Amino acid sequence: MTDDKLILGGHEFNSRFILGSGKYSLNLIEAAVRDAGAEIITLAVRRANTQKGENILDYIPKGITLLPNTSGARNADEAVRIARLARELGCGDFVKIEIMRDSKYLLPDNYETVKATEILAKEGFVVMPYMYPDLNIARDLVSAGAACVMPLAAPIGSNKGLATKEFIQILIDEIPLPVIVDAGIGKPSEACEAMEMGAAAIMANTALATAGNLPLMASAMKLAIEAGRKAYLAKPGRVLSRGASASDPLTGFLRE
Amino acid sequence: MVKVNGDFLDIAGKTLLEYLESTNYDTRRIAIEKNGEILPKEKYGKTKLEDGDIIEIVSFVGGG
Repeated sequence: MTDDKLILGGHEFNSRFILGSGKYSLNLIEAAVRDAGAEIITLAVRRANTQKGENILDYIPKGITLLPNTSGARNADEAVRIARLARELGCGDFVKIEIMRDSKYLLPDNYETVKATEILAKEGFVVMPYMYPDLNIARDLVSAGAACVMPLAAPIGSNKGLATKEFIQILIDEIPLPVIVDAGIGKPSEACEAMEMGAAAIMANTALATAGNLPLMASAMKLAIEAGRKAYLAKPGRVLSRGASASDPLTGFLRE
Repeated sequence: MVKVNGDFLDIAGKTLLEYLESTNYDTRRIAIEKNGEILPKEKYGKTKLEDGDIIEIVSFVGGG
């Protein structure tokens, strides 16, 4: 399994669990990263606060790849602006494009996302676009230079699981880039199922932030993602449409 | 007046670095946009703030 790498923009990762850092205490980040076995953590960009002295970067262990998102962007131009500011903050070229026009469902604007992907990929960013799982848009994102596609499983923060399962499967089958399931995964069983389907990685934040014990849930998610990945590589056995198939020999019975 | 992160401040005439030194911003952890253009760190000391300038100072926070 050691040669089973997740490759994003030429960078190799062993972990297939991308961790969010929102909605929980900075003091829990180190334990979350450790117990998740995560190598990538997402961040948001906001107006700096002069009041508090503490910065989230001081809480993230060394060697972890930072993945700034463009949350707050309502269109491609705003996403590009946030991505450039994030790069100026001096923590690499990764960016997760997140463009939303409504605050009720927080659904990504696929069209604006393609536009932002094209601009940022040309500027050398490793572009990871959060998207609604639509095959045509996913193909446009490939053409635009995305490093992966990140379809949502369910609305952000909902913990509703794989509501878009059939459409994520289509992306996995048709898109020649890593398909990273982002948003909506609430439980390890759902993460495992997505990985069994062939997802390249799972991104989760709320599932951990709203769990009773965050580091323990991080560990459970990690195990589920690894189990699902191994099952995918092992190729799950067939399902009978009806009837049964004995697992024991059908000869040598102790009768007659 | 100079608009910094939405607030109007009476700091025209100062350099950006002089303004930053009068605040608690952690200059290692911020990025700055002046009138829509990103300002590299090495220019903070040479950039004189003028009336009407719009400054955005950002940093990383937790997010998903």
